[in-house]
Order: sequence, then structure tokens, then C-alpha cells
Amino acid sequence: MAMLEINDLHVNYGMIAALKGISFEVNEGEVISLIGANGAGKTTTLHTLTGLISAKSGSIKFNGVELTKTPAHKIVEMGIAHVPEGRRIFQNLTVLDNLKLGAFTRKDKENIPKDIQDIYERFPRLAERKNQIAGTLSGGEQQMLAMGRALMSRPKIVVMDEPSMGLSPILVSTIFKIIEDIRKSGTTVLLVEQNAKKALAISDRAYVLETGKIVLSGKASDLINDESVKKAYLGE
Amino acid sequence: MKKEGASAKTKFFKPQTRKSFITYAMVIVAFVVMQILSSGGYISSMLTGLLVPLCVYSILAVSLNLTVGILGELSLGQAGFMCVGAYTSAIFSIVTSETIENVWIRFPLAILIGGIIAAVFGILIGIPVLRLKGDYLAIVTLAFGEIIKNVFAALYLGYDSKGVHVSLKSLSNLNLEPDGKLILNGPQGISGTPNDSTFIIGAVMLLITLIIAYNFVYSRTGRAVMAIRDNVIAAESVGLNITKYKLVTFALTAFLAGCAGALYSHNFYTLQASKFDYNLSILILVFVVLGGIGSIRGSVIAAIVLVLLPEMLRSINSYRMLIYSIVLIVMMIITSNEKTKTFISANTAKFKALFKREKVKEAE
Repeated sequence: MAMLEINDLHVNYGMIAALKGISFEVNEGEVISLIGANGAGKTTTLHTLTGLISAKSGSIKFNGVELTKTPAHKIVEMGIAHVPEGRRIFQNLTVLDNLKLGAFTRKDKENIPKDIQDIYERFPRLAERKNQIAGTLSGGEQQMLAMGRALMSRPKIVVMDEPSMGLSPILVSTIFKIIEDIRKSGTTVLLVEQNAKKALAISDRAYVLETGKIVLSGKASDLINDESVKKAYLGE
Repeated sequence: MKKEGASAKTKFFKPQTRKSFITYAMVIVAFVVMQILSSGGYISSMLTGLLVPLCVYSILAVSLNLTVGILGELSLGQAGFMCVGAYTSAIFSIVTSETIENVWIRFPLAILIGGIIAAVFGILIGIPVLRLKGDYLAIVTLAFGEIIKNVFAALYLGYDSKGVHVSLKSLSNLNLEPDGKLILNGPQGISGTPNDSTFIIGAVMLLITLIIAYNFVYSRTGRAVMAIRDNVIAAESVGLNITKYKLVTFALTAFLAGCAGALYSHNFYTLQASKFDYNLSILILVFVVLGGIGSIRGSVIAAIVLVLLPEMLRSINSYRMLIYSIVLIVMMIITSNEKTKTFISANTAKFKALFKREKVKEAE
């Protein structure tokens, strides 16, 4: 059984149908990419998954448990962490407070200091700036903080929304390297990206979304050579 | 030698602990000074009469700052919660004034009851209202405050040998026996509240309020509330129960406002509900904004300054409100303008450096 199973998911914004019945699955240990143009429904999919918006119909099953009727704060407790689009760190709190808030739902308080140290090892820049107000960090550092915050909940799966958005090419490479590291440490990753080339390079499988529907799916290594994908998303 | 001791001290305390203790110390010093001055007969009777209201307004400002500054939501219902606390505690005190003789038991109980019932109102109103944001929340809380005030202004309540009588129509509808006791007389309000409020109790209440506020802000819950203020989506995505923490903050604000109301009502023999109108809510918001949104110490200072100022200016009666409003505008410019802020901080730094040098010279 797949870790995450999404079946015929429909989501509406008022009268507008954003998702018109999408189905996909994520297995444990995989890196899965959702790629597609603006307005394809990538972020909507993630927000429905993490309970920020509610589905019209369809089902989302996480290890067999239905998520569409579960409130957002319960979903985090079940082991799904969300790195929202555009960082969305807590601007007026310190780096350390941001990380502590990531662990808010955890019951094992005694392990939190050790995990904060682990995050500092993974992102040394955050350790240097731990008492700094998060809003004063650079874009790349904020993205690292958002990722670190998500990892603080010790998730089974991390859902990332456009982690490379608005970053310099060098930082984009760093961020993708971090995603690979996260995967190596045993955490499943569901990635939404516009940077299709980079995303496909580190993914096992991928789904291509177009106006609320999945139009293509398969192994990332196959998709990267697919003519239509090349044309539409890779700019070749 | 002295310097080392000072730096060790600053390391020993966390910055936030130091911040809160400075505020506590300020309140205690102000209390002691006023107490000495009043026992020596150095302050006017007008100022003596203001001592309890000063505590009341400070508590109200601190409590509203939790909602406006920490949660980041604009609430204009503060007077309504204060009204609930004032009325319920006064009713309790009037009813039990014969059964519980000891003021030191009765009055804290009255304050607690006023606070708890105000908190219940806060939760009941908060459940539907906190779904709104910004201006809408401000308007609806304003409306609820007015509703509470008007309901209390129309309420007749009394008791006699047959039990408790309540009416929303008129005094004659109450059907009270001639020997019955009237507690609430509609628009004329409550009369016969025991004058239990003293400056000591007010100062202690203010201190307790500050301790609650500081511990709330620096707690795990406080961190969660500030996270919600900074970014709702991110807060939700790290698993915070938004509704719960909003309600907790709102209820705490209402509780403290209710306690302040209790302190207020026990300062007067009679009290009308019309005192708790929207002007009062806005006045408290002015304290919070001028003291600095999110700054608890600032709220206290602003409340004290802005309550005292009109009284101090009484001698130049006709220009009083003019000067008051000029002070408001100047304070607003200073606290909101980046340029004036940097100008002031640069100059205070210079001043401090000057002061330090003199101290070093003295030591030498």
C-alpha cells in the first residue's frame, strides 16, 4: 500500500474548479514531483493535502487514514510537514523560536533540543543566526529556515511548495541538494516545482498537471526525455 | 569590579526576564512614591481620586495589548467586557455584603467572579467573531460592546423574600415587595456597591496583570499566538490550532478587562452602564497604540500619562483639549516615524555615553 493515496480529488474555489479529479500516489522513501505551469493546481493540491482548504469530493489517504475531513493541526501531528510557498516564516520571531514552533505538535519534548542541534548541523547558517529576528534573514536563509521548521516536526513526509522560487541559481542548487539529503535521511518528499529540470533530476517519479488534471505521469528519468514535457516545461 | 558584577547580572537573567522585572519594579516604585506622598499630604484630593482609575486603565491597556499587539487583531469591545465585570462583581458584592463581612475575602472573590464571567462572555462572543479579520472584527466587537452596555442599561434586578426578580421593561414590572432590595435600576445603574477598591488593591492587581501578561507572552502559548499574528498559513502548516489560540487570547483579554471592571465599579457608590460606551474602548486603544503595539510596559506608561494629562491641564481649562490633542499627535509622529525614531535613539545613545563617561570620571 502506498503511503499517500489521492483518489479522484476535486477542489473548487467558489464556482471555479481548480482540481478536476486528480489521482496519484506516493510510496515511502520516494521523491515525487508535481510539475506544471501557473494555475495548473499544484499548490491547491498541496493545500488540500495539508488541510488548509477543503476538498469538494474525492479522498486523500495517508497510511490508510482519510485526511479530507481532518483539521490542519491534526494532519501535522500525523506526520505530514508543509513547507509553504514563498517561505512564510514567522517574520517577527527569532530563528530559534521559528524552529521551536515547528516542533509544536510533538509529544516527545525531551528530544527537541537534540533535533534543533541536528537542524543547525544541516543548516550552519541558521546556527549563526539563531537569535536573529527571522524577517532579517536573506531569501535563501528564510527558505532553509522554512525547511528546518518543517523537519522539526519529525515528519514521515515533507510537502514542499516551490522551494526554489525567487532564489539565485547557486542557492537553487543548494536547496535541491538539501532535498536529496532529506530523502537520504529516510523522509519521503512530495515536491511542487516550476523548475521542472531540477525537480525531475532528483525525483523518482513525477506527475504533470495541466488546468486541474494530471496529463502525464511516469518515471522522472523518462519524463525528462519526453518530447511534450521538453517542449512545454524544459524550454528545449 | 563594579562593572563585572553588572555584566554577570545581565547574563544571569534572560533579556525577557529583565524586561519584565524592570516593569514590575517601576510599578512598585511608583506605588511606594505615591503612597509616601499621599500619607505626607503632598498630593491633591483630585489626584488621590485618580489613583484607582489609573490602575484600572493600566490593566485595561495591558489586557487589550494582548489582543491587539500579541494576537494582532483589532478589538473594540474592551468596554463591554469591563462592563460585564463591573456589573457582575458589584451585584455579587451587594448581595454578599452582609453574609461575607471580611473585605479581604469578599472583594478578591468579586474581582474573580467579574473576571470569569467576562471571560465567558469573551469566549461566547469570540467563537463567532474571531472568524473575521481586521476592520470587520473591530466593527463587530464594537457592536457587541454596545449591545452589552445597552442590555445592562435596560436591566432591572432585585430580590426579596420570594426570590430574585428580573425585568427588562421597567421598575414596576419587577413586582418587588416593599421591603425587597433593588440592585440594578435600569439606566440609573447599580447603587450601593461597597467602596472596596483601594490604591493598594489596584496596584497589586496591576502587578498581577503584568505578571500574567509577561508570562503569557513568553510562554509556549504566547509563541504560538505570535506565530499566528505573523503568518496564519504558516502557523496552520506547523500544526497550530488557530481558533483555540485566538480564543485563549481573547478570553484572557476579557478576563483581565472584567477584573479591571470590578476594580472600577467598587470605586464608586453608584455606576451607570452608559459609562462603558465605545469612547472608552477607543480611549483604551489609544493607550495601546501610543504606548507601542506589543509593548506591555508602554501600555502602562501611556495609560498613566494620558489619564493624568487632562487633569494636570485643568488650570488652563480652555486650552486643555487642544494641548491634549497636540500631545497625542506628537507622540504618534514620534512612535511611528522611522526618522524621528532613529534621531531619538541616536541622541539617547549619545546621552548615555556622556552619562557613562561622567560615571567613570566619578569612579576615578
